[in-house]
Amino acid sequence: TETFGISTAQLTPLCSVKNLIQVPTVRSTDFEVHRNWLAITHSLPVSRWYYENTSEWTLDYPPLFAWFELGLSQVARRFDANMLQVENLNYASPATVLFQRLSVIVTDVVFIYAARECCRCVREPKGSRDVLSRPSFVLAVLLLWNFGLLVVDHIHFQYNGFLFGFLLLSVAKHLQSQHLQGALLFAFLLNLKHIYLYVAPAYGVYLLRSYCFAQDNKDGSVRWSSFSPLRLLALGAIVTSVCALSFGPFIAMGQLPQVLSRLFPFKRGLCHAYWAPNIWALYNVLDKSLAVLGVRLKLLEEAELPPASMTGGLVQEFEHSVLPSVTPAVTLVCTLLSILPAVASIWLRPHGAQGFLRCLLLCALGCFMFGWHVHEKAILIAILPLSILAVESREDAGIFLILTTTGHYSLFPLLFTPAELPIKVVLMLMFTIFSFTALRKLHSAQGSLLHPLEVIYLLGLVAVAIACEVVFPLSPWQQRLPFLPLLVTSVYCAMGVCYAFLRLYASLLLRREEKPKQL
Amino acid sequence: MQTWSLVSICVLLAIIARWGVSLNSYSGAGKPPMFGDYEAQRHWQEVTYNLPIQEWYFNTTNNDLNYWGLDYPPLTAYHSWICAYIAKTINPEWVELHKSRGYESTQHKLFMRMTVLVADLLIYIPAVVLYCLYLTDGSSKKKVSIMFCFLLYPGLILIDYGHFQYNGVSLGFALWGILALGLGWDVLGSMAFSLALNYKQMELYHALPFFCYLLGKCIKTGLIGRGLFLLVRIGVTVLATFALCWLPFLAEPSQAMQVVRRIFPVARGLFEDKVANTWCSLNTLIKIKSILSGDSHFTLCFLFSVPQCHFKVNSSLAFFLFSFQVHEKSILLAALPACLLLNDLPLMALWFLQASTFSMLPLFLKDGLLVPYIVTSLGFLFFSIYLLSALDHCSEDKLRLGAYNKLFYWLPKMDLFYISIAAMVGLSIATAVLIPPPHLPDLFPVLVSTTAFLHFLGTFIHFNVVQFSEPPSRKSQKKSN
Repeated sequence: TETFGISTAQLTPLCSVKNLIQVPTVRSTDFEVHRNWLAITHSLPVSRWYYENTSEWTLDYPPLFAWFELGLSQVARRFDANMLQVENLNYASPATVLFQRLSVIVTDVVFIYAARECCRCVREPKGSRDVLSRPSFVLAVLLLWNFGLLVVDHIHFQYNGFLFGFLLLSVAKHLQSQHLQGALLFAFLLNLKHIYLYVAPAYGVYLLRSYCFAQDNKDGSVRWSSFSPLRLLALGAIVTSVCALSFGPFIAMGQLPQVLSRLFPFKRGLCHAYWAPNIWALYNVLDKSLAVLGVRLKLLEEAELPPASMTGGLVQEFEHSVLPSVTPAVTLVCTLLSILPAVASIWLRPHGAQGFLRCLLLCALGCFMFGWHVHEKAILIAILPLSILAVESREDAGIFLILTTTGHYSLFPLLFTPAELPIKVVLMLMFTIFSFTALRKLHSAQGSLLHPLEVIYLLGLVAVAIACEVVFPLSPWQQRLPFLPLLVTSVYCAMGVCYAFLRLYASLLLRREEKPKQL
Repeated sequence: MQTWSLVSICVLLAIIARWGVSLNSYSGAGKPPMFGDYEAQRHWQEVTYNLPIQEWYFNTTNNDLNYWGLDYPPLTAYHSWICAYIAKTINPEWVELHKSRGYESTQHKLFMRMTVLVADLLIYIPAVVLYCLYLTDGSSKKKVSIMFCFLLYPGLILIDYGHFQYNGVSLGFALWGILALGLGWDVLGSMAFSLALNYKQMELYHALPFFCYLLGKCIKTGLIGRGLFLLVRIGVTVLATFALCWLPFLAEPSQAMQVVRRIFPVARGLFEDKVANTWCSLNTLIKIKSILSGDSHFTLCFLFSVPQCHFKVNSSLAFFLFSFQVHEKSILLAALPACLLLNDLPLMALWFLQASTFSMLPLFLKDGLLVPYIVTSLGFLFFSIYLLSALDHCSEDKLRLGAYNKLFYWLPKMDLFYISIAAMVGLSIATAVLIPPPHLPDLFPVLVSTTAFLHFLGTFIHFNVVQFSEPPSRKSQKKSN
């Protein structure tokens, strides 16, 4: 549409400009990870891909991503063939850096296209408004300028723009009632990065319920007679063919168990080195404080407690001192329990594609909250689709503001060098100012977006930020408790994320006014 | 959206652009023994902190003037002193006398870049914001667009945050001066401009218009009475500001004379490097240098520059094009007034600003700033064209040629614009990628400066035509422009 045409024309160069300026910033280990994968897929035969472990950064994404890296390596050859030698660990010539950065920027095209499709799904209100206040423009900026995505992709280095493009495109297709395309895109996505299993239940139940059963009864319950085997077959064919494309060669070679063990390394600890702001962060803190309290009150012997390895920032298995230890099985059960009500809700009372989107968000958040070894980057799986809801409904806008601000702030520890401090602070300020003012203007007719208590919580974030970035490094505790700012950040953000999770649940379960759509 | 949020987002974007550029290399990085401007600034911090004030401008055993001796007026020295004081508290090695020569480290680079950003945030950026919000006309969206393009001018960003200088301070003070004059606060304006002059002597480029405007204003309000009183007040302010800045050097005449000798090095040649200057371009045809001697150069330049009294762009451009010992960075002084014209003559202003950035390309290549150059130029071009609808403003009355319209109607304006952009792009690519033939080693820098010179000359003529074709009533309404 015309309005969105203006938006892309404005925003695309905006993004490219900014992306290129970030080219010389500090690179992280993810850079070496992807260089290693380029080398593995280029130089070694397929049968060795999932066995190769010269470098510690072994291939742990599904095979379709490996094929993608193989394609990239053909282009990489023209930049600097030396990066494709597996033995060249930590090889980072300027040509290599340039190539890697350019590859992220180029594959971002998928994301830009997906953002455009999402903007087309947004309802434009009647009456002419200036461009800056149109919902589609606001959504475009919220997606393309998402602070988390910029930080994780361009400074930290990953292909999340590319991957989230697939996710948003798939969601947009479902919103436009093109379910087979949506299913195809999600199948691709799953085979590119298996973290999107987080949201697979939402897809599975939604497609089964709303696509395979062509019609509903008047009250919204299942009409069993309208089951369409043809549709089910179509879906099955799509999923199996994509998986065959991806895993096929490895199943043929009998390497499936090895691939799966690489994909799901449960040997890693409950929490990532930097704690994601989820339930287990709160659990850990509770455990630690009980332990300290117990020692102070002479209820526990200090010698009985395991050494303080959890806060050492290392990724390993460890045990809790006071509360029961958490195993992967426990996290799986908790996760499934947390998403069960959402999934059940769209089975029993489907609310069409909007309900699917809400269920997707809840699955993403539920897995984030209770999952095993969750990375804080995973919060983006919830934040990006929530932008679509935020520009349409006032309540969702409020939830979005809380989740986004806390989620984005929890990404701050990812950028820890002094050179990156101005960038992350300024970018965060920009995005926050824009999201608050734009969403407030959009929903101005319906009242304020945030409750005063929520505002106080968000202002508290500023205090935490100043304390962690400015006060702490200059204080005497820097030596003794280096992990303290990360802990404080995780715990404070975890509260915000939990709150957003509960409010989203409430909005799904208590929603009664929308009629279920026929497909 | 509210203006304040738009303004803050634009300012934040401008800061991101600046900090992004500052992550790149600086002039003279890793190039002993002399390094570059970055080392010069660091050296000045070392000198001003460790030596007593009387020795700053003198050649002593502790202060070797051949190794980046101070050649800016005292305010720069005081600024260096403040930076050195902070540097000493963070890491004394950065400003240790003699031992810190050629000191390079990531933390130090971060510190130096921070000093530029802080100076910008305190002086330049507020001046731009206030100027655009209060002294330009149009809707608030238009004002914010102009402010944004103004802040994104690539030349200043690349020089200050890439090559490494503090032009933002002197240009910022000059802009505060213009702002104050525009709001009718003549005394404050003259004080601000005096501060600018005391920071960098190149602000003399702007001195003539300031002087003429203030003198004209005094005459207009009646030379007997209020006008004279205003003149006296301004004169006293200027003298007081100068006295305050030069206070430590006024104790002995030899001190003051030495400072003057340092900041006006008449002994140097007519041009350094390949500068987009008339003399430089002429030099390729006639070897002027060899014909004239040093002093006559100077008078020749002055004669050419005097007639342009009113229009600030014209005067700064005239100085640049015809004056003495010009460094390519001096085009920034003409760029500042051009930015002020973004509102009235968007197409010509942006054309000139782009050409000015292009003219400094050889310098950027030497400093390893090719990628920031490309990105900031593209960004600036795109934003000015889109936000200011510059391409729509090429009709005759918009270009304000007035009575001289008939002379120039045959010039295809838009085609010229596209051709020139294409030429700049082509030359940029050629300079960056191609190797010049061995018998013409400076081929590309000369081509760049000649092309830029043609652009500047064209702009110079255009702005002169605009200025002289304005009806008198408009001229009197016009502020310090």
